[in-house]
Amino acid sequence: MINKIVQSMADTMAGIKDGSVVLLGGFGAVGQPNALIDGLIEQGATNLTVACNNAGVGHTGLARLMELGRVSKIVCSFPRSSDPVVFETLYRAGKIELEIVPQGTLAERMRAAGAGVPAFFTATGVGTKMAVGKEHREIDGRIYILEQALKGDVGLVEAWEADRWGNLTYKQAGRNFNPVIAMASALTLVQSQHVRELGDIDPDHIVTPGIFVDRVLHVPYGDPSGF
Amino acid sequence: MSATALADFKPFSRAQMAQRAAADIPEGWYVNLGIGIPTMISDYVPMDREVIFHSENGVLGMGPAPAKDKIEPWLINAGKQYVTMRAGGSFCHHADSFSMIRGGHLDLCVLGAFQVADNGDIANWATSENDTAPAVGGAMDLAAGAKRLWVLMEHTTKDGQSKLVTKCSYPLTAPGAVKRVYTNLATLDVTDRGFVVLSMAPGLSFDDLQARTEAKLHLPA
Repeated sequence: MINKIVQSMADTMAGIKDGSVVLLGGFGAVGQPNALIDGLIEQGATNLTVACNNAGVGHTGLARLMELGRVSKIVCSFPRSSDPVVFETLYRAGKIELEIVPQGTLAERMRAAGAGVPAFFTATGVGTKMAVGKEHREIDGRIYILEQALKGDVGLVEAWEADRWGNLTYKQAGRNFNPVIAMASALTLVQSQHVRELGDIDPDHIVTPGIFVDRVLHVPYGDPSGF
Repeated sequence: MSATALADFKPFSRAQMAQRAAADIPEGWYVNLGIGIPTMISDYVPMDREVIFHSENGVLGMGPAPAKDKIEPWLINAGKQYVTMRAGGSFCHHADSFSMIRGGHLDLCVLGAFQVADNGDIANWATSENDTAPAVGGAMDLAAGAKRLWVLMEHTTKDGQSKLVTKCSYPLTAPGAVKRVYTNLATLDVTDRGFVVLSMAPGLSFDDLQARTEAKLHLPA
């Protein structure tokens, strides 16, 4: 019997290695797997590259992971937030590397990784600093730059519902990067608000089929406004 | 600067700027509004004129802000403010949401900007080469991908520098992308000739406007 539901945070985080590329879901606090980030803090892996839309708020979650010196590089589109103090301090001190990526390119790089597409051409960033050093090509009269797929060793995902096969649904704008992160990561770890019996999620409503998911932890934490 | 005293004309307020842009959006368009003043545009599109607002975090068919007791904690816009969903709205993931942008499906995007050049170049994400942590978000995707890009911004900086320029001094968001600019002083199209003035704040003359603008202005042909 396939059962991707795990019973403890330690089981969820087992095997994450130092130097991993971690893809982290969420847009601000919405759809962000906060419990899994805390689990990663506890688990201890270091020298991580974290790809995420934002770069942490205050001193909790991703900001805490950075503050502990466990993140060597951030790949994100928008490192500013209501309270970016940890990131800004590390960045100014030269203690963290930043790769800034347009938001759509970030999402597409993850989808490409999940789809077996190693790189793709896009018009986004042409004629800007983002294009420096990248291959340019004219296709049907327009100039494009080549962007590389972004593969995760580990993906941290927040879902609304999950079943033991790892099928997932999401809540409203909590979907954001989570489905492409599930696709792009070698080891996809999910915290889910609800766990359903196999067959209880309508197949028409499943957004992420279980093939993209490795482990699911039931975390009925409530709404994201407390973060 | 022009001899015209400030008292001689009345600049458009931010609400009026948003109102003017809203009046130019026809029914049926799919529209993305940038963070800041552009977000106000949706307040001035009447509900019976069906314009579908897109937010890049995977929300299509966004409605106005909710009453305090009707907040859905998972329903936010790109500015991370609570919003509502109109009947007919839908959610999608980030790659699909940006496919709407990058695939040329949006009829219009309206952004704020630091500078717009008379060839349509836009600079709106960083004010210097050595900015502390640069943050681009979805601006480059929107500028390069939407069918048309309008800019809503003040005509000058707080210290009176023109934001309509012959060449952007700040890092570009996209080259040659802007089609129209709404400022607190005027509405201008970006054409092959450069900036063409469509309308001006009441009491402002073309010469007064030119005196406050670094780029050369043109009257409609």
